[in-house]
Amino acid sequence: MLTYLLRRLILMVPTLIGVAVVTFFLIRVVPGDPVVVKLRADGAAVTEETIQAERKRLGLDKPLMVQFKDYMVGLATLDLGRSLWTENTVASEIATRFPVSLQIAIMATIIAVLIAVPLGTLSALYRDTWIDYLVRIVAVSGLAIPSFWLGMLMILGSLALFNWLPPIGYVSFFENPVANIVGLIMPAVSVGYRYAAVATRMMRSALLEVLREDYIRTARAKGVFRQLVVRRHALSNAMLPVVTVVGLEFAFLIGGLVVTEQVFNINGIGKLFVDATTRGDFTLIQGLILLIAVIFVVVNLVVDLLYAALDPRIRLS
Amino acid sequence: MRQLFGLALTAAAGLALLPVATMAQTPKSGGTLNFAVVAEPPTFDCHATTTFATIHPVRPHYSGLLRLSGDVNKKLAIVGDLAKSWEMSKDGLTYTFKLHEGVKFHDGSDFSSADVKASYERIVNPPTGVVSARKALHTDIVAIETPDKSTVVIKLKAPNASMLNNFASPFNCIYSAAKLKQNPNYPATEIMGTGAFQFVNYTKGSVWEGKKFANYFQKGKPYLDGYKAFFVKSSAVVPGIQGGQFDAEFRGRTPKERDQLKAAMGDKITIKEGPWTTNLILVFNTKKKPFDDVRVRRALTMAIDRWGSAPNLAKISLMKFPGGFVRPGAEYALSDAELKKLPGFATDMTKAREEAKRLLKEAGVSNLKIAFLNRNVAEPYTPAGIFVVDQWKRIGVQADHKQLETKLYFDAFKKGDFDVGINFIADYIDDPSIHFLKVVPGTAVNYSGGDNPKLKELFAQQSKQVDPAARKKLTDEFQKIAINDAHSAMLFWWQRIIVYNKKIKGWELHASHFTGQELVDVWLDQ
Repeated sequence: MLTYLLRRLILMVPTLIGVAVVTFFLIRVVPGDPVVVKLRADGAAVTEETIQAERKRLGLDKPLMVQFKDYMVGLATLDLGRSLWTENTVASEIATRFPVSLQIAIMATIIAVLIAVPLGTLSALYRDTWIDYLVRIVAVSGLAIPSFWLGMLMILGSLALFNWLPPIGYVSFFENPVANIVGLIMPAVSVGYRYAAVATRMMRSALLEVLREDYIRTARAKGVFRQLVVRRHALSNAMLPVVTVVGLEFAFLIGGLVVTEQVFNINGIGKLFVDATTRGDFTLIQGLILLIAVIFVVVNLVVDLLYAALDPRIRLS
Repeated sequence: MRQLFGLALTAAAGLALLPVATMAQTPKSGGTLNFAVVAEPPTFDCHATTTFATIHPVRPHYSGLLRLSGDVNKKLAIVGDLAKSWEMSKDGLTYTFKLHEGVKFHDGSDFSSADVKASYERIVNPPTGVVSARKALHTDIVAIETPDKSTVVIKLKAPNASMLNNFASPFNCIYSAAKLKQNPNYPATEIMGTGAFQFVNYTKGSVWEGKKFANYFQKGKPYLDGYKAFFVKSSAVVPGIQGGQFDAEFRGRTPKERDQLKAAMGDKITIKEGPWTTNLILVFNTKKKPFDDVRVRRALTMAIDRWGSAPNLAKISLMKFPGGFVRPGAEYALSDAELKKLPGFATDMTKAREEAKRLLKEAGVSNLKIAFLNRNVAEPYTPAGIFVVDQWKRIGVQADHKQLETKLYFDAFKKGDFDVGINFIADYIDDPSIHFLKVVPGTAVNYSGGDNPKLKELFAQQSKQVDPAARKKLTDEFQKIAINDAHSAMLFWWQRIIVYNKKIKGWELHASHFTGQELVDVWLDQ
């Protein structure tokens, strides 16, 4: 187990180096000068001399390969560089936003799992009954309704009914748990609903498949209660694909809540990503892509470990 | 007799009501102003930035030598800030400022003329590692002298008609000389000035907080206990004001957003509207055929019905005022009567479009197809683009309207990868030396490539002419030539609409979103 874990962690290094190299060059293929955006986008007629001085100050006048070498040397020392826009370290820019996105992802995952597991199970157990149809309607609606649109409805509904919106700005859970939950519950629900819909569909189909297995029929033939069979034998086996879906969705949520974060004014990784891309903030984009790559790799590892926990037949070696 | 009695009665009633009116306007102290900023500051340093995203949260911490005060719809004027008086020598080469005494920095240190000297020297000759975005506007400054602690003498190598405006620029914050000596770049990461508010906290991407500076040099001010600037997306402003997340946004809203807030909040809001020192310009790429032909350029600007369309466009977009290269209503603007004699400003559109078609035919481009570059910002770029495409269709010109993301948009202008493009100017004041830059030959922002040497000559002359009447003659001539050349053609000047909670008082509407954000006189009626 430990050897497996170590091997997977070591394998992360070439993956991340590959991501870093590809990102570095791909970003620079896109035309446009971040310094021009920084100094002229608000309409000021800044001189070319000032633009060039700023490019020099930020090191953008250096040859591409020199910039690449600086970047890779920085990475080797865990220095992601500085944002071309704010000149703060990329690590600090990310660190400010990461807890917000992480918390929304966790809350959305909890909401999704709490909805998906019981609904998916009910839907499979009562296949082709009104319960199944109802669950399927809820699930298909969740898939069809974009999260940001649901978010907008929640905002407009809250304004129309109560003339109220949650206070703006992020308050840490440890500072004020109520204010924290109040501030993030709307985005978590709007994202969690779609997420739950995906997981519910997966739960239903996985459970239906498992329920058709010989060992389930054998258990039932032996006279084991249906509830016990489902709980002890069917559910744990049906959970494997659900865990995969939940894991991948969780990883996606941390960097992928681009529109939802805009709708709810959430100062998260998704919003940072959009801002960095719009401004052409190369170093920050590189850092963010690397972060998302790390998250995906880690979540995949966690999912693999969960497989082994859920199914004793799977051995990690 | 009856008239006299009536007058006396009116006067008595007026006098009786006067204390009530005065009482109603007496500022109250206390409270926190919550406002939105629709972008995030790239730096804390006023000298290094060109964006309102820095000015709105940061400027209340600083003072300048001078500042703009008043309301654009009444009287907007340059007034003293740290300077209590100033004078320009007859030759226009020396400015002498008498400074307020007893002014303190937020760290308790004393302000003096040395701080002004150090700050302006930083703008004129930025040390290594320091950005001075507006250095070019201050290159005429050759010496800064401080005969005593409360006097600054700034000497120029040549008269500069814009210099007083520059001294009132919201970007020319005064920093501490002592701190600059320790670290010339401290303002980029640290806030320490003499402004009405002290820095409290900044959470990146979220909120900026300031609190009242108890030792502010204007006694009794500021009225607010503090302020919070929330960084939000533009689309979140209307629901944010409606839902009570914040009470204002001071850059500007669209007519539709104004109407939404009016419908939802009724008399709980105040709406201030006026002209905006920001415009949209059509830039013709004169390096490409057939836009090197003045007949083609004139035809394309003549096809646009500016006067007839403006009232309707103003209902749905930020575009409102037809004008020359200086904002209509400003000191150096061309009058409507003068404009109407120039190509593109006709009122008889049937005749103008017939003439435009004739010009195109004469130039041999009757079936013209244009690669039309625009910015992918909804307001007012998208309606402007659609409007222009429609106007050109009326003279048989087709346009491929391409809206690009800001970075790509600027890149396309820089590389000349367009036929005609919509560009813009936004700055803090109606100064010809700033607003003409996009049409002056040889500047980096003249994307048309227009090269009439007469314009260059007139630009240089007007920039040195400190007599307003003489300068007006030069700027009028400049504008008439520029409009006739049509290397670039002014489309519309914007309208500025600010909607805020009625409890906010003392905030004045300026023509620019860069000025008037010191918050010294703002108070809350609650």
